[in-house]
Amino acid sequence: MKTEKLIAVVRKIAEKIESEKDFLTELDNVIGDGDHGINLARGFGEVEKKLDALADKEPAEVLKSVGMTLVSTVGGASGPLYGTGFMKMGMALKGKEEIRTADFLEAFQAAIEGIQMRGKSTKGEKTMLDAMIPAKEAIEKAWKEDADAIAAFAAGIAAAKEGVEFTKTIAATKGRASYLGDRSIGHQDPGATSFTMMLEIVGDEV
Amino acid sequence: MKKFINAVDQVEDQMIQGMIKAYPQYLRKLDCGNVVVRSSKKENKVALISGGGSGHEPAHGGYVGKGMLDAAVAGAVFTSPTPDQVYEGIKAVATDKGVLMVIKNYTGDVMNFEMAGEMAEADGITVKQVIVNDDVAVKDSLYTVGRRGVAGTVFVHKIAGALAETGADLDAVAAVAQKVIDNVRTMGAAIRPCTVPAAGKPGFELDESEMEVGIGIHGEPGTHREEIKTADEIADMLLSQILADIDYTGSEVAVMINGAGATPLMELFILNNRVADVLAEKGIKVYKTFVGEYMTSIEMEGFSISLLKLDDELKELLDAEADTPAFKA
Repeated sequence: MKTEKLIAVVRKIAEKIESEKDFLTELDNVIGDGDHGINLARGFGEVEKKLDALADKEPAEVLKSVGMTLVSTVGGASGPLYGTGFMKMGMALKGKEEIRTADFLEAFQAAIEGIQMRGKSTKGEKTMLDAMIPAKEAIEKAWKEDADAIAAFAAGIAAAKEGVEFTKTIAATKGRASYLGDRSIGHQDPGATSFTMMLEIVGDEV
Repeated sequence: MKKFINAVDQVEDQMIQGMIKAYPQYLRKLDCGNVVVRSSKKENKVALISGGGSGHEPAHGGYVGKGMLDAAVAGAVFTSPTPDQVYEGIKAVATDKGVLMVIKNYTGDVMNFEMAGEMAEADGITVKQVIVNDDVAVKDSLYTVGRRGVAGTVFVHKIAGALAETGADLDAVAAVAQKVIDNVRTMGAAIRPCTVPAAGKPGFELDESEMEVGIGIHGEPGTHREEIKTADEIADMLLSQILADIDYTGSEVAVMINGAGATPLMELFILNNRVADVLAEKGIKVYKTFVGEYMTSIEMEGFSISLLKLDDELKELLDAEADTPAFKA
């Protein structure tokens, strides 16, 4: 994936988030403070405005710009978390003209580590990490087995969706949903859901 | 949704502009965003900066002024401000004595303020932080992100602000802020939810006969829901949780009966009537009482009770001069 394609993917993610804004906000209403979709849509709206100017830059620059824009426009918890994730991907891909599956996996791992550090969180706390970590592991496993990128991303998306389902079964121990204790059980995590939407767009374009 | 607004995406900006126009003698807005600072910068003191999502007015812009905050950063409604906004605020008020960030304990607020603090430290500004977590409704355990910061934050602004005004150093100001945090506890309840303008509908729904107990200040649901009771019974229930958390026996306290935005003063006084009686029965002496809207949740119909355990130092700082739009002493 080169810059042109990456920009197209980011644009599609922005469109997806905008169209799912109300759904994501509704999920957050139940266990959080009801702003996940609104905040992400505002951030990706700003991201879109900057994409044209990045057409001649390397992919790392695009990802860095996405991350910095999200940090400075989303607010809440998802701004620093997604922002850190995209910035870390950018740092991991520095100097590369094209993102190949192996590069993506490395960048994805860097993003996960950045989000874990920023959010002081790990898998099993009903957060976006519950979709991200299984997705990354599934892509890596499928890729190592037969090096088919399309199949690998399909496995990753399936794992992310399972991760979203898994978040319904556990109580949150991080974020505002943790205040609800066991009352958060039965509801899917909005962050895991929005991440899965993003990964599905990436998968479509591989 | 029915509100006195012009457009949902203009709510925060126009609110801040209106606040500045109301209090030009106190406040000035930075060009970079919704960051409110004192109209004239005070040097040779630790600068206090706080903030959070909008929707809690008069918090936090209303507490910018002599004896309290130097800067307040306002995010979107119920959404933490972003690191670059907080960073601009820090830069605008920083002095050689350093900056203390007063952060309410929410995942987003802590992350965004910490990122801003790291950015400012990279510029050579000395930054410390305290995290307010006065809400006893939430268990402080491994299984949550810890108790929330709610109305007790105003006591932190008042007391740490008073000490900072004397020219005390950053360690001392941070220590007294932490002392307030260690000694203040709050719990609230609501009978009607609030609507975030951009969401257009209430964050939760309550039947006419229900109340949400342990409510947070963002319209997020509380710990449980039950049939509404009399004001006295509700006051007793919330107070018992607060009193179970810290031993207030024999001590003097400051009391805050905080309205969440749509609770009439009439009802707040009815609640305080009971709170004062219960405290008297238990031998807890009320040094000062604050009844009014200090930390709101837009138009939520609810309230919270805060108790701050005082010693001589805290009493003196609570009484020290403060001159801000929303708090005068």
